[in-house]
Amino acid sequence: MIVPLEHVIALSLAIFSAGVAGVLFRRNAITIFMSIELMLNAVNLALVGFSRYYNSVDGQVFVFLVMTLAAAEVAVGLAIIVAVYRNRQTVNIDEINLMKN
Amino acid sequence: MLPFLFYFAAAIAVGTAISVVLSRNAVYSAILLVACFFSLALIYLLLEAYFLAVLEIFIYAGAIMVLFLFVIMLLNLGQEKAQEHLKYLQRGLSLFLVIVFFLGISLIFLSDSTVLHQSHETFDAGGVNALGEALFTKYLLPFEVASLLLLVALIGTVYLAKRKIS
Repeated sequence: MIVPLEHVIALSLAIFSAGVAGVLFRRNAITIFMSIELMLNAVNLALVGFSRYYNSVDGQVFVFLVMTLAAAEVAVGLAIIVAVYRNRQTVNIDEINLMKN
Repeated sequence: MLPFLFYFAAAIAVGTAISVVLSRNAVYSAILLVACFFSLALIYLLLEAYFLAVLEIFIYAGAIMVLFLFVIMLLNLGQEKAQEHLKYLQRGLSLFLVIVFFLGISLIFLSDSTVLHQSHETFDAGGVNALGEALFTKYLLPFEVASLLLLVALIGTVYLAKRKIS
């Protein structure tokens, strides 16, 4: 490996933390969705690093499946956001409280 | 040279990831996210996962981000209103949680150096051959289930996005 595995894990951790911060801090549903994509990518990076480290292809198969899942999730999630916007004219998650109480 | 390239791409990835979160404009966030995906693809190349590097650009930077940009255009969001305010308690608690998460995981993972010893020098599992072989023999069932998942997502999206006729 060109760099120690620890550095790959540290990079993955930094990107994942940025995604967590995005979900916690932002109120815009689309930005929150992008943060979730960031987190998925961080996990992918960790899997690729471990796959290289253990000289095994299994991790890369999981990355492949995670990418499939991300594509499906984005399609459904964005459709939900569009439907919510059509009904409420907002994507601010503080104002979307239909199911509260 | 190659380690330098890795740290260069890593710096870009972390910088763009943080800017995605901080940017007020959703379009800027999307463009920065594309830059983040490209630097991640470069890192995949350096880790000898060639096929996944190509997939990262095709699927994430190509398909998923185009979908995001379409929805941003469709909803006409543009500049987010400045009145997006969080309560100070909420903001402080969020920052605290993020820092605890970051430090906690780094302490657990990076202090225990007994797990991570010398890695394999040769690597022959990064190409299409090895990945395809694993995908169609050992992981055939998950592969088929993934196709079913895509079908379900397709039907769900069509149902959700269609205008109600009533």
